[in-house]
Amino acid sequence: MKTDPAGVLSGAHYLDGDFACGEGAMAAGCRFVAGYPITPSTEVVERISRRFPMMGGTFIQMEDELASMAAVVGASWTGTKSMTVTSGPGFSLMMENIGLAAMMETPCVVVDVQRGGPSTGLPTMVGQADMMQARWGSHGDYELIALCPQSPQEAFDLMIDAFNLSELYRVPVLLMTDECVGHMTEKVVIPPAEEIEIVPRALTAQSPEEFLPYRVDGNYIPEFARAGDGYRFHTTGLTHDERGYPVMSAECQEICVRRLIEKITKNADKIVRFDEEETDGADVVVVTYGITARVARMAIDMARERGVKVGVIRLIVVWPFAEKLIRELAGKIKGFVVPEINYGQIVLEVERCAAGKCATVSVPHGGGSVHEPDDICQAILGVAK
Amino acid sequence: MSTIVEEPKVATEEHPVAPFLRMDRIPHIWCPTCGIGTVVKCFATALEETKVDLNKTMIVSGIGCTGRVAGYMKLDAFHTTHGRAIPFATGLKLSRPELLVTVFSGDGDLVGIGGNHFIHAARRNMDMLVILVNNFIYGMTGGQNAPTTPLGARTSTMPYGNFERPFNLPHLAASCGATYVARWTSLHTRRLTKAFKEAIQRKGFRFVEAIAPCSTLYARLNRLGTGFDLMRFYHDHSEIRHGADPADVGIGFQDKIICGKFVDEERPTFTELMNEHYTKTLGDKYVPMPPEGGLLREPVHSPEPEEAVVTGRDDS
Repeated sequence: MKTDPAGVLSGAHYLDGDFACGEGAMAAGCRFVAGYPITPSTEVVERISRRFPMMGGTFIQMEDELASMAAVVGASWTGTKSMTVTSGPGFSLMMENIGLAAMMETPCVVVDVQRGGPSTGLPTMVGQADMMQARWGSHGDYELIALCPQSPQEAFDLMIDAFNLSELYRVPVLLMTDECVGHMTEKVVIPPAEEIEIVPRALTAQSPEEFLPYRVDGNYIPEFARAGDGYRFHTTGLTHDERGYPVMSAECQEICVRRLIEKITKNADKIVRFDEEETDGADVVVVTYGITARVARMAIDMARERGVKVGVIRLIVVWPFAEKLIRELAGKIKGFVVPEINYGQIVLEVERCAAGKCATVSVPHGGGSVHEPDDICQAILGVAK
Repeated sequence: MSTIVEEPKVATEEHPVAPFLRMDRIPHIWCPTCGIGTVVKCFATALEETKVDLNKTMIVSGIGCTGRVAGYMKLDAFHTTHGRAIPFATGLKLSRPELLVTVFSGDGDLVGIGGNHFIHAARRNMDMLVILVNNFIYGMTGGQNAPTTPLGARTSTMPYGNFERPFNLPHLAASCGATYVARWTSLHTRRLTKAFKEAIQRKGFRFVEAIAPCSTLYARLNRLGTGFDLMRFYHDHSEIRHGADPADVGIGFQDKIICGKFVDEERPTFTELMNEHYTKTLGDKYVPMPPEGGLLREPVHSPEPEEAVVTGRDDS
């Protein structure tokens, strides 16, 4: 369906990435936000708290990030699109209820404006070191979806995709942006509401008597009944059967958790998204995401000037990982170069999928600034040799 | 001569609160003589007698023995994470304001790991009924020390007796802003039911503490006898003092338990304050969350495309 125009500030704007995130959420139909202040993400909720009262949205500043995430999961059960926003230290606290959202299959969105870590790290400076935490941060096995924007415009666009994906797959969706994109001000064009397609919460058509909250009938995604509509359902963070009742057995665990994983892995081809450039006949392929993708541009141009055939894969959806793509490319090229503002996280996935068929070179950076393009260029030249 | 042995009488009638329970999940997991079931019965009776719309009544629990209550009640029921029932309930309430939201959990869950959420929800006067079953101990994990364990009581992690000062829960709730505060034991079934009925009909942050026996752990570790002995103790040592200063109702080890209604006052809730404030500051521009929630149902089209506007950073 088309989105509610009340949340859409159509037009051409000059916005930073955080504000663009906030606008994207409102345009996507988000109407409940719970958050806790943390640099460099706070501008997102500042923007929302200013505009929400005019569109039927409720923002609450909770007492901490544990509470923020719990409130978001609770709110989503009323059918209200819900989100929270944070950075590293808060992201750590949210892991508990991100796991709950995964287990209860609750659509919701979490924005992580990444800064340098670990611990309090570099509050005002860039990092990309939460990428593995995004994938594995909550305990146990589960799958979710994570997106990485490289610009304020893309932050806006991907927020809409994030909400839509969370509705389609009933998972928490993470927007893994970073301080540079968050605080970078650029032109952002917000389209008219009638051009913004959103996925509404699909409510079950079954009667309360026949409805079971986790029955899938051969699909991967159960139907949804919202709180307060008379279904009187039960949902739990415990391993549960299709009635949503706890069952403590290895058999039930296998059914319950396998589906949580397969609903994403079996649909990975539909979810995975990337930009691909000049990979045909390339000797070296740079795999990159977020702000680093823009820094890598210069390095790629420098390497091409020296005659190296360089292709680029810019990951837009980072989780689930573009596994098939990397496997295919690995047989055709000399090697991958993976610059990222961490000491080597997504490079591990690239290396795993390359499976020894080509070189995989990490270009690590501890955070606090972006890479020097020359460092990436030298890595490209090294692989091309 | 033959002896006629009467057939033992088997209860064939439905339990009076069975319609409020998920009978397909009975038997429950609670130990014999545990007080939680009694508190659930009182709550179900209160729901029945107040005739609230059960389709709009939510129950949210955290983790622990009392955390299992949500799982047995035939309502929209949420068994959430440890300590987070109150913020989860906050999200439910704010995004569908017409709901009657109840949090039903234990002392360890609500004021141990969840203590920060408890005080802030009370401070905000968040519109929810919080029922706390206090058994002075962590039951499900095996009898560890709780923030409510009386001084001197033994627990599995204070084997030489507890030396940490416990919370006085009515005092905590009242001082943070709760609008209704009462305490009863699981022996006081009629009074507890009445407290639930009153609390259901009030608004704001309402807090009812129900003292309940844990014979498996608390009584065993402290050699207090059986569940029956604990009920006798409640009978002999409870003192009803309505309107008592909450500061004076702390509980010592095997000391008297002050019961009653300590606070019952009206103050605007979070949502009322928010609506009032935004109406005052924003006037007609304010659009509150609809009572039925923020679900976007129908395609809504604006009649004309909005005029392009250019905003700068300061135009937030």
